Amino acid sequence: MLVKSDIFRIGHPVPRADALSKVTGQEKYAADYYSPNFVWAAVKRAGVPHARLKSIAVEAARKLPGVLSVLTHKDLPGSNRQGIIFKDQPVLVDAKIRHCGDAIVLVLAEDKPTLNKALLLINFDYEPLPAIFDPEKALEERAPLVHENNPDGNLLQHISVKVGDVKEAFLECTTIIEGSFEVPFQEHAYLETEAGWAYLAEDGRLVIVASTQTPFRDRFEIASALGLNIDKIRVIAPYLGGAFGGKDGLTVQSLLGLAALNSQGRPVKMWWDREESFLAGVKRLPARMYYRLGAKADGTLHALDCRLYFDTGPYAHLSSEIMALAMEHAGGPYRIPHTSIKGWCAYTNNPPGGPFRGFGVPQVTAAMEQMIDMLAAKLKMDPLEIRRQNAVRQGDRNCVGVTLVNSTGALDCLETLAAHPLWQERKKWKESAGSFKRRGVGLACMAHGSGYGPIIPDEANAKIELTDEGKMRIFCGVSDMGQGNASTCLQIAGDILGQDADSMELILPDTDRSLPSGSASASRCTYTYGNALIRAAQAFKQRLFERASTLLMIPTSDDLSLIPGRIRHLPSGKEISLSQLAQLMDPPERTCTHYYRAPVAQEKLELHSSSKVFGLPHILFSYAAHLTYLEVDELTGEIEIKTYLSVSDCGRVINPQIYEQQIQGGIAQGLGYALSEDFIVEEGKGLTPDLSTYIIPTTLDVPEMVSIPVEIDEPTGPFGLKGIGEISINGPLPAVANALADACGIRVSRSPFTPERVLSAMKEKAPHEVKP
Amino acid sequence: MPSDRRVIDILREDLNLTGTKEGCGAGECGACTILVDGESRLSCLMLAAQLEGRSVTTIEGIASEDRLHPLQEAFVEHGAVQCGFCIPGMVLSAVDLLQRNPNPTRMEIRQGLSGNLCRCTGYQKIVDAVKAAARKIGS
Repeated sequence: MLVKSDIFRIGHPVPRADALSKVTGQEKYAADYYSPNFVWAAVKRAGVPHARLKSIAVEAARKLPGVLSVLTHKDLPGSNRQGIIFKDQPVLVDAKIRHCGDAIVLVLAEDKPTLNKALLLINFDYEPLPAIFDPEKALEERAPLVHENNPDGNLLQHISVKVGDVKEAFLECTTIIEGSFEVPFQEHAYLETEAGWAYLAEDGRLVIVASTQTPFRDRFEIASALGLNIDKIRVIAPYLGGAFGGKDGLTVQSLLGLAALNSQGRPVKMWWDREESFLAGVKRLPARMYYRLGAKADGTLHALDCRLYFDTGPYAHLSSEIMALAMEHAGGPYRIPHTSIKGWCAYTNNPPGGPFRGFGVPQVTAAMEQMIDMLAAKLKMDPLEIRRQNAVRQGDRNCVGVTLVNSTGALDCLETLAAHPLWQERKKWKESAGSFKRRGVGLACMAHGSGYGPIIPDEANAKIELTDEGKMRIFCGVSDMGQGNASTCLQIAGDILGQDADSMELILPDTDRSLPSGSASASRCTYTYGNALIRAAQAFKQRLFERASTLLMIPTSDDLSLIPGRIRHLPSGKEISLSQLAQLMDPPERTCTHYYRAPVAQEKLELHSSSKVFGLPHILFSYAAHLTYLEVDELTGEIEIKTYLSVSDCGRVINPQIYEQQIQGGIAQGLGYALSEDFIVEEGKGLTPDLSTYIIPTTLDVPEMVSIPVEIDEPTGPFGLKGIGEISINGPLPAVANALADACGIRVSRSPFTPERVLSAMKEKAPHEVKP
Repeated sequence: MPSDRRVIDILREDLNLTGTKEGCGAGECGACTILVDGESRLSCLMLAAQLEGRSVTTIEGIASEDRLHPLQEAFVEHGAVQCGFCIPGMVLSAVDLLQRNPNPTRMEIRQGLSGNLCRCTGYQKIVDAVKAAARKIGS
């Protein structure tokens, strides 16, 4: 045994169960499948943003030795349409190209060089169409239409929600601030790009191993796109090499399925290289946000009006839901009695928008948290004070009018931050900047709602089996993309069932073996599946005790205890091993399942929309307060983040190590979003197509981070916890923006805050002060 | 085999050693890091011919039969592993670093690993792990 085995205890920093196999290179990701006779599959992509497809020339590619098959839309048996809510994306383009990454032709070949040669030999004839690249312009009358049959033109969704009477309320404000903010695409840049493996099993069923956050839901999309019966599809989700929302939905799956149906019985492998991942994968939606915030003289927030424009690119994906969640967080974690929040999500021919950790909340938090600082400055109030004064408490309403009935730790986070030495000693630190350096500190306070909202059920089915060898086998239902929920399952079940790592087994999501448990997203993985698992484990424990008490001839099961590998009757010392017990139970008895559905908000909002709204409102929110120490170089405009503090309310911490992993990782991605990740698109074409041009943080770009939990028990959560996966990515951009303003009085309205943009802003503000 | 076959493909496809990962194919991310004659190299940029007469160590080769390498132990213990895809390359870069600098400061560790991208961790626990391993190896 290479690593010491520990009893699982809630609250302990138990090392992750998957760490060993990953650190030895033994763990197989979807990208790691090979076999003696496998076939490579890849697609030819459009390369133009908007065009009518006229004809495709594949003969030269088909004739190439080593090419098994060249497939076009004509070879697709089903609807050739995929999508999560709206099925608007072709698997292979039939009529119209809507973005540069649209897939046109699928090629199967013996090896990579042949595959690449074949792709180069494919040509297609197209008629270029006028294209649209701006979400506000896309909504104008004569804008070119991305989907001609959409009755709303280029509008995917318009939502308008209000509380009170914002017009009247602005008249009652003594101070009003306006601001406009623009945030760009963000690329997930997971280390494992989109990858998968597919084959037809002996019984004719299609088996797909994919790097996917949504194995259960994928089957529905694949079935309808390829015209298959859902029972004929099995999807297996190994550990993902990162996802962050970019693998929420179909990436390679339907293409792999089509390939496997045409590979003459041979397994098929598809693995997007980095450039293809950049070209074809979904990205964080860019947004333009117009804010108007009004307050009373004492700093009490009174009125908020915002107009938000989101760019979904060519397909709906989950963009309407992203905008809905953004709108629910547009006012931040503050009490604002009068609000009017309007959002428009528009189709364009830009790269496709989709889920990315934060799901709309980073965008609006970037805006609102800067507005709060701008307001504080105008009122000559301390930025922490104004937040403390207005922070929501349990029982208040959020900016769309939902009552916060569950744990609400915004104030606790702010107060913990206020007492921290980093806040207390900030002035001294700022005053000791070196030559040509300016220092500032910046705050951000945020909320993050977890789950799917009131319509789509946020549900999970846990399953535990006592194997015939006496091990507890946990069937994880939710993909583990690195967040450690699979390990957490072991910890939860291990704690309740008194077992250690040696006496437990973990099965990763497999639609043939695990039970449907929803997506790995929305900060709901441990909350929802954990709640199902706790109930399953407790029920199973009782069942095992009842059988054991009979077998041990003990009158009641009261004094029985589960310990690793056995059940012991404490008073008498009699015991039975779990393997013996398993041999004396019928197989069906040895499996226990339990269902859980997360609660939803009951309130009706004052909401209007152009089409049905999913994903608003929520009922459970995590909170956080962030503080950053920033130093900017006056000569180069370069920003260095010296320290980062986050204080988070995510309920009780069941594994302090995993807690820190999530917070630290989210901060790093948020800092990239703030400082270096400039995803440049021109006329629909990505100009930053790889990791040498799109800069994600390295070891030298992320500071030492301090992360403090505020452990307020959330009674509805498993062992009192709330979602943690996304909250921390919301803070860095505004915290950095506020720190920059604190350091040298400038705000850069368009992020990321690259040295060029910072230097320009400095020169604009004080052309005489900045040395050339 | 063709002399221009990429080393990463030899490892993963021909030798079934899938511990070495490909993240970019262009030498940007460091996920494909291996040791060649004990020094870290990017296997996605190396061709078969360059291995003539040289020894290669992959992630599968640094643990002994009954013990992990101290760096591997430290990575597990300190929570440095999340999705894990960057980890084989990260660990081997750290092996190389500690060979050259057995007692690095945190900043030196960051500099030594600056060619290995990680999207999950924010690097802090990786630095913690390398620091702890250096202490253990040194003692």
